[in-house]
Formats: sequence, C-alpha cells, structure tokens
Amino acid sequence: MTETSRERPGEGLTVALFATCISDTMFPKTPQATVEVLERMGCRVVFPREQTCCGQIFTNTGYFDDAIPSVRTYVKAFGDYDYIVGPSGSCVGSVREQHPMLAERSKDAGLQRAATAVASRTLDVSEFIVDVLGVTDVGAYFPHRVTYHPTCHSMRVTKVGDRPYQLLKAVRGLELLELPEATQCCGFGGTFSLKNPDVSVSMAADKARNAASTGAEYLVAGDNACLMNIGGMLSRQKSAMTPIHLVEILAHTEGKRR
Amino acid sequence: MSAKSEIMDRIRSALTDVPDVRAADDVEVVWRYGQPVQLPEGNVLEVFIERVEDYHATVVSCVADDLPDAIAAGLKATGATTAVLPAGLDRDWLSAASGVEFTTEDAGPLSADELNTLDAVVTASAVSVAETGTIVLDHSPDQGRRALTLVPDRHVCVVRSGQVVSGVPEAVARLRGAVEAGRPLTWISGPSATSDIELSRVEGVHGPRQLYVILVREGN
Amino acid sequence: MTAKPRLTPAPPPGELIDSPRFPVAARRELGNTAQRRNLRLATHTIRDKRANAVGEMENWEQLREAGGAIKNRVLRHLPEYLEQLEESLTRNGATVHWARDAAEANRIVIALVQETGSQEVVKVKSMATQEIDLNEALEESGIAAWETDLAELIVQLGHDRPSHILVPAIHRNRSEVREIFLEEMGRYGTPAPPGLDDNPTNLANAARGHLREKFLRAKVAISGANFAVADTGSLVVVESEGNGRMCLTLPETLISVVGIEKVLPSFDDLEVFMQLLPRSSTAERMNPYTSVWSGASEGDGPQNVHVVLVDNGRTNALADPHGRQALRCIRCSACMNICPVFEKVGGHAYGSVYPGPIGAILNPQIRGTDSAVDRSLPFASSLCGACTEVCPVQIPIAELLVHMRGKVVDAKKAESKGVHMPHAEPAMMKAGGWVMGDHRRLEAAQLAAKAGGGVLGRFTDHIGPLPWPLSKWTNTRDVPNPPTKTFRDWWNVNRADQVEK
Repeated sequence: MTETSRERPGEGLTVALFATCISDTMFPKTPQATVEVLERMGCRVVFPREQTCCGQIFTNTGYFDDAIPSVRTYVKAFGDYDYIVGPSGSCVGSVREQHPMLAERSKDAGLQRAATAVASRTLDVSEFIVDVLGVTDVGAYFPHRVTYHPTCHSMRVTKVGDRPYQLLKAVRGLELLELPEATQCCGFGGTFSLKNPDVSVSMAADKARNAASTGAEYLVAGDNACLMNIGGMLSRQKSAMTPIHLVEILAHTEGKRR
Repeated sequence: MSAKSEIMDRIRSALTDVPDVRAADDVEVVWRYGQPVQLPEGNVLEVFIERVEDYHATVVSCVADDLPDAIAAGLKATGATTAVLPAGLDRDWLSAASGVEFTTEDAGPLSADELNTLDAVVTASAVSVAETGTIVLDHSPDQGRRALTLVPDRHVCVVRSGQVVSGVPEAVARLRGAVEAGRPLTWISGPSATSDIELSRVEGVHGPRQLYVILVREGN
Repeated sequence: MTAKPRLTPAPPPGELIDSPRFPVAARRELGNTAQRRNLRLATHTIRDKRANAVGEMENWEQLREAGGAIKNRVLRHLPEYLEQLEESLTRNGATVHWARDAAEANRIVIALVQETGSQEVVKVKSMATQEIDLNEALEESGIAAWETDLAELIVQLGHDRPSHILVPAIHRNRSEVREIFLEEMGRYGTPAPPGLDDNPTNLANAARGHLREKFLRAKVAISGANFAVADTGSLVVVESEGNGRMCLTLPETLISVVGIEKVLPSFDDLEVFMQLLPRSSTAERMNPYTSVWSGASEGDGPQNVHVVLVDNGRTNALADPHGRQALRCIRCSACMNICPVFEKVGGHAYGSVYPGPIGAILNPQIRGTDSAVDRSLPFASSLCGACTEVCPVQIPIAELLVHMRGKVVDAKKAESKGVHMPHAEPAMMKAGGWVMGDHRRLEAAQLAAKAGGGVLGRFTDHIGPLPWPLSKWTNTRDVPNPPTKTFRDWWNVNRADQVEK
C-alpha cells in the first residue's frame, strides 16, 4: 500500500450521509464533521436530500404504522448506495434492527425487500472508519481530557464494540479518562424521558455525576440524543464539562481551533 | 368441560402457527449432552476441593484404609457427640469414632423431633461435580432418606474420588438411573446459606450449618 | 361486624391490580431514599458477582442458546409435553390437578389442605403462589400459611410485599430486619432472642430458631417448582437456605403449584438449566441446595403428593407468536438486577409480583392491557437493552418491550375511534409520522425551529422551562437552543456543487 492510499483509504468510495433528523436540526456540527472526516479519508460524500428520520421515536413509542412513512423515505433516499453512514449508533441501530420489522408490518413485499437490503448497508460512522476504511488513526488532534460514554444503542443494538475507543486512543493529544459505571444508561430513552421523567432524571443525574467525577473537559459519545440528555443535566448543574460527539473530535486537526 | 381439556384447548388454539411436526424437527437444540467440561486449572479432584472450600465447607482427603480415622476426626472437629446413620452405611467406617453415640433407624424411622436432638449425620454420596463444588445424594441406602441429612446440624459426607466428575453435564448423565428408579436427589453445594439481608452471604440457616467432606482417594 | 382475627401478619391494604400507573408509583418509590440506597447497593453488588460467575464459563453463549431453544421447543409443543408430564407424575404416585385461573388453583389447594385436617402450611418461596395470592385465600379459609424463605419471612412479618423475585426483601436493610423480627416474631411463634443485633448472621439464626418449630410440626407444605421434567415426572426446587428441603421432606403432604410453562422435556435438560440458573440468579457456581423429587418416594418424604398445573393467563401470552418468548423466563432475576430503572424504583412500582423488565412484558401479556398499570409497564424502560444481554434464555426483552408498546397503542387507538375526547398522543404521533414521510415537510418544520432558535439566541444559550409535556424535560434539564442553520443549510452552501450519485 502506498503512503497516499494509507492516508486516503476512502479513495474511490462513495458514501451517502445519513445525517439523522436530530443532528440535522439541532446539532448540525456533527454531520458537518462526518463530512469532513470522510472527505479527509478520501471518500466522496453525498447527502441524499429526500432523507428525514429513522422513525425510531414512533416505533419505540409503539406507533409502528406511523413509523412506516419514515421507512419508505429512508429506502427512497438511500436505496442506491453501497455505503450509508450515520453519526448515531441509535438511529443506525433503528434502521438495521427495526426497519425490516416495520416493513413486514406494512405488508408491502417490495418495501420489505428494499428495507432489509438498505438496512444491511447502513453503518455507524465508527464502524465505517474502522471496518471499511480499515484505519483507527484519522489524523485527528484534540489536546484535551475526555471521557467516553458508550451509549446503550451503540453498544447493544448497533454493537459498535470498542471501535470508538480505538478511534479515540489514536487521537493525538487526547487523554482518555475512564468513566465509572460507563455501561449504565443515561436515562434518555426517547419518549421515556417524558413518560417517566422522574426516573429518567434520576438516571441522568447519576451519569452526570459519574462523568463529572472523571475531571474530563469533554464528555464524548456517539449519539447526540444521549449527549443532549446528559448535557442538559450538566448545564443545569452549571458543570464546566462540555458534551461533544465523537466525530467532532475526529474532525479536529492540528492548527484548527474549536 | 374439565379444566384440563379447557387449558389444552386454549393452548392448541394459541399455537395454530406451529407446524404439525415432531417437536425435535420443529426446533433444533444445538447442544451435545453429557460432555465433560474444560476445567480451568488443576485436575478434577483439585478443582473439586478448591470449589467446595470456596463455600466455606471443610474438605479433607484420605486413602481408603484411613477412612475410619478421617470420619472420627470429622465428627470430633465439628463437635458432634451423637450422630444418626443411614441403614446402608458400611459400619466399618465408624470403627474409630469412639466417644460418639450412633443412632440408627433399624427399629423404625425417627421422628423429625428425634432427629433434631442429634448432632450429626454421616453418609456416603452418589456423584460430585468439580466445577461447581457440588455433592449429589441420590438417597441410596448408604445415604439414607432425605430428613437424615437435613435436620441434624452437621453433615460428614464421604465422597469417593471415582464419583467426582468434571461438570454438571456428566453428573446429570450419571444421575438419570437413580431418578428413573424413583429416588429423590439432593444437590449440596456447601453449607446452607442466605444472601437475603443486604445480599451479604451468611452461611448456615436451616440445613446443616457445617459440611465436612471426606474425599477418599482410590487407587487407579 | 368484627373482623376475624388474623392467623398470619396482614399484608398491606390494596390489590396489586389497582396499582397506580408506573410513573406515579415510580415517583412515590423514588421518594424513599433509604430504599434507593439499599437497592443501589444490592443491585450493584449482584451485578458484579453475576459478571464474574458468567465470565468463568467459556461456553456461556452456547448454553444460553441451548436454554432458549429447549424452552422454545417446549412452548411450541406444550400439549404433548404436558400430557407426558401428567402421565409420568401419575405413574410416580403424584396426583395432578389443573387450574384455569388463580381462583381455581386456590380452591384446589384449599380443598387439599382441608382434607388433611391441618390448619397451617409451611411454604417454600414460590412465584406462582404469590401470583395467585394463595396465602390470603388460605387465611380466609382459616389456614395459616407460613413463609419460610428468610426474605419472604421478613416480608410477611413486615406486613409488606416482596419487591424482587429472588431477594424479596431487597428494599430492606439489616436494621429494619432486626426491628421487624423483634417486633413480630413473638406474635406468631418462637420470638427473636432478646438483645438481637443487626448482624446478618444473628438475624439468620433468629429466623432458624423461629422457623424450626414450624418445620418440625408441619403436616402440609406448599411449594412451586423451578422445573417440571416431563420424561421422568420430576419436580425441581432450587434454593439456598434449606427451608425448601425442610418443606419438601418433613411434612406428610406436599402440594406444588406449577405454571404450565415450567415443563422441560427431559431430565437431561437439567444439565443446561442447572448451569444457567444459579449463575444468573444468585451469581454462584451452584446454589447451596437443589431438590429433585419424582412423585412419592417410598419411606422418604411426603407420601401424599399433589401437583397443580396453572394456566392463569399464560395461554394469552402463548397466543402471541412473538410475545410468547417471554414465557421462556426461568425467574432468575438477572434482568431486574441489571436494570437501571429497577435500581431506582424497586419492585413495588410495577404493581405485580413480577417486577423489572420481565414483569414489564409478562404482566400485560398475562393480565391483558386493560388496566392503567399494565398499559404503563411496557413504557417503564429506557430500552437500554441491558436486560436482553443478561437473560440466560435469550428473551429479547427490549424488543418485546417495543412489541408490547405497539399492543398498548393499538388498544388505545381502538378506544379513541369515534369518541369525543381521543387520546392526544396518537394524533401527535400521526402528525409526526406524516412530517417524516417527506423531506419537504421536515424542512418546513425545521424553519419553525430555526426561527425559535434565532429569537432565543439573543437572550440565552439554552432553553429553560417549556410548557407541558416538554416541561417534564425542562423542569430539571436544559435544552440547547435550536441552531439558526440546519445541516441541510450548511450543505446547500458548502457542497452546492456536489451531485448525488
């Protein structure tokens, strides 16, 4: 392998970006960072405009029929691509694990076939970088103390494993601090946070306390919804810790200011 | 309609999606039964001793000729001066236990209250499991009926080395015959215990509070 | 009319089925700080222990796979296994009874006890008898039922309800246990020794002393069963303290109440389940005592042996091809021990003897989705999936929680049809689903968010209190302002030349 191809392992690959509705609307820096990292790796990134949402909020609240339009839009937007990459273990997990079930419920055989096929080509950004591009060092520089929260759906639905840790460990200048009780849920859970607010808040408080105990400057995760939950708690507690998406750290290079 | 036929009808109408084929053909169980288990360290007997000791039971080893002395020592160590004996226990085993008063059920079964006045019981055993430190009684004549090994507070239990298997699968395979013959089983892993208060383990509740295991190393 | 004096300590008033919705009960339980501390300590301890016990087993995943498959096989072919079980048990000298529901099961047990002339029974800890509320049915018939498991004793003497299927008094700490023993034991038998302290060893000894008298005089025992083996006609009880052995061995009559889903095809299958259950449950290599009995054994133990096979809603669960997976449950409690929601609220919040994640899917299947509490249970989870990971019989609990949410929603939608005041949530979800059906609608919605963010951004960097239902979030957590540019806007400006394909 030549020096260039090692630095640009994505040369020749086209990646369709699945921005996710929450990041598109509330956290645009995350999909921007995804574009930057993937382009830096040599990939051609496209953004299919028809995309909307994985529909998880409907599915996980029990409104399966109301999630089916999201499955249809997803298939329409991404049906033609070999690599569909999103910066969310949870949204990617929903596409992979729930879309086939929803499509089956729609009784539309064409949608079932398409949804199953597209689901299998959908990857979390950490999976794409480590497994498809075959790298863990993306040339990032982030001279800060961080701690990583392995969000539940990244860990148990999409099963990204230790890929985020591999990526973080390769970031120059970064000091990774161990998060106590890391695998414990932050209490977000979509509409759970509204239906069971007291339990949700109590769980978020534990997570925020554990995060704060590390003394890290940044709390990193691969899901903005969880970061919004923990961040909301940290902000209310006037904590100095900043929530940040994993891919935003990967996009950060020497000489670039945050 | 009888309760049984109504429940059976409910079950059948609940299972209309299940094809009418043999259960084994419908759902495959990927498992090889009765296999030895890989033990992490040491041979079967060493692991057995270590795992029984983990439960804070006492384990001593001896050769067959020394068994009477080992039993006498066990009764003494547990502080027993009276003990009940199963009808089929080899009486030669007790030849060295002077100073202990033995009771049998030769004249008819003892009541629970009578058993409750006795310090100990001495028995053989059926099968033991190294991986889990478990001793299984199949209540053959040398082990006696279940109450004997339950009500007295001390259990001196003899395990022959040939009875110790690697893991639960081999043990279950060996025990099938006893169960088919209608005999009950008692699996014993250490003395009785509870973790019901703040999950802190306390040894000794209703079953024998002292378990004293004598492992007889038989020749090859 | 004066109330009949009670034979056993009265449980707290109120029926489980009238329990409040989970969020309301959860708020109540969260307010109990002592309980929260006890629960946190207990669940974290057992989690670590379980991880070690399971970590020792190289073939754990194969064991789980086999356990799940064996249970699947049983459930899908239940009639033949139940017939075989009845035949084997009968051959072994046991009498088999069938009960369609709780009331019928209780009637059968009461009649059997009355036939013996005994006015008391000793009980082995059993989920099935709690489910049918047998103790209270016995009490009403003038029969005293004594719980003999230490934690069940604490619960019974404490006029309390169990809050966990394995450690029913998990919500109590040692000093509370001491007070209960000192206060209550003497009223119902051998009193606690005077000067009893709160050392768990001494507390366990007090229980030994209190119960021994009851064991020695008992003529009738009532148990459940962890497994009912079809080919050999054997029942299995897995326990720790020896109270089970006392009950299964000393009395003349033994009545076992067993759910119809407890059957295993073969004695050989115990090699799988006796590896899965102890490590998942008490997190030990093996539990101290396991008893296996096959009907009546001549000259050993009870000679009058009965088995009551209970449906009580299990066939409702069986009728759902997806939901029936929950019936694989072997009641190990690993799912509740690992559950971050259970850790906060404990078992009482679930309004059922089956709490935690498994209860959240099992209760609405068995009892139906008519009551408020059963409708709320599938939502009593953040869907973190930790339960699914630890389940020894591979029940996809998180997936079934979502499945049951769908069933609750379908029931709500059906009720909303043609009524004046429909539920609000279905309308909101329908509108949301419509928005996500087309990117142009999403972009229109984003315009509103951006406008709001633009206004807010002049005053603050985050959103404070919002109106209901979002107030449930913002009462305690901040929300960032929506940015004034979406990602789409950025893409249009920065990658305008990028064509798709």
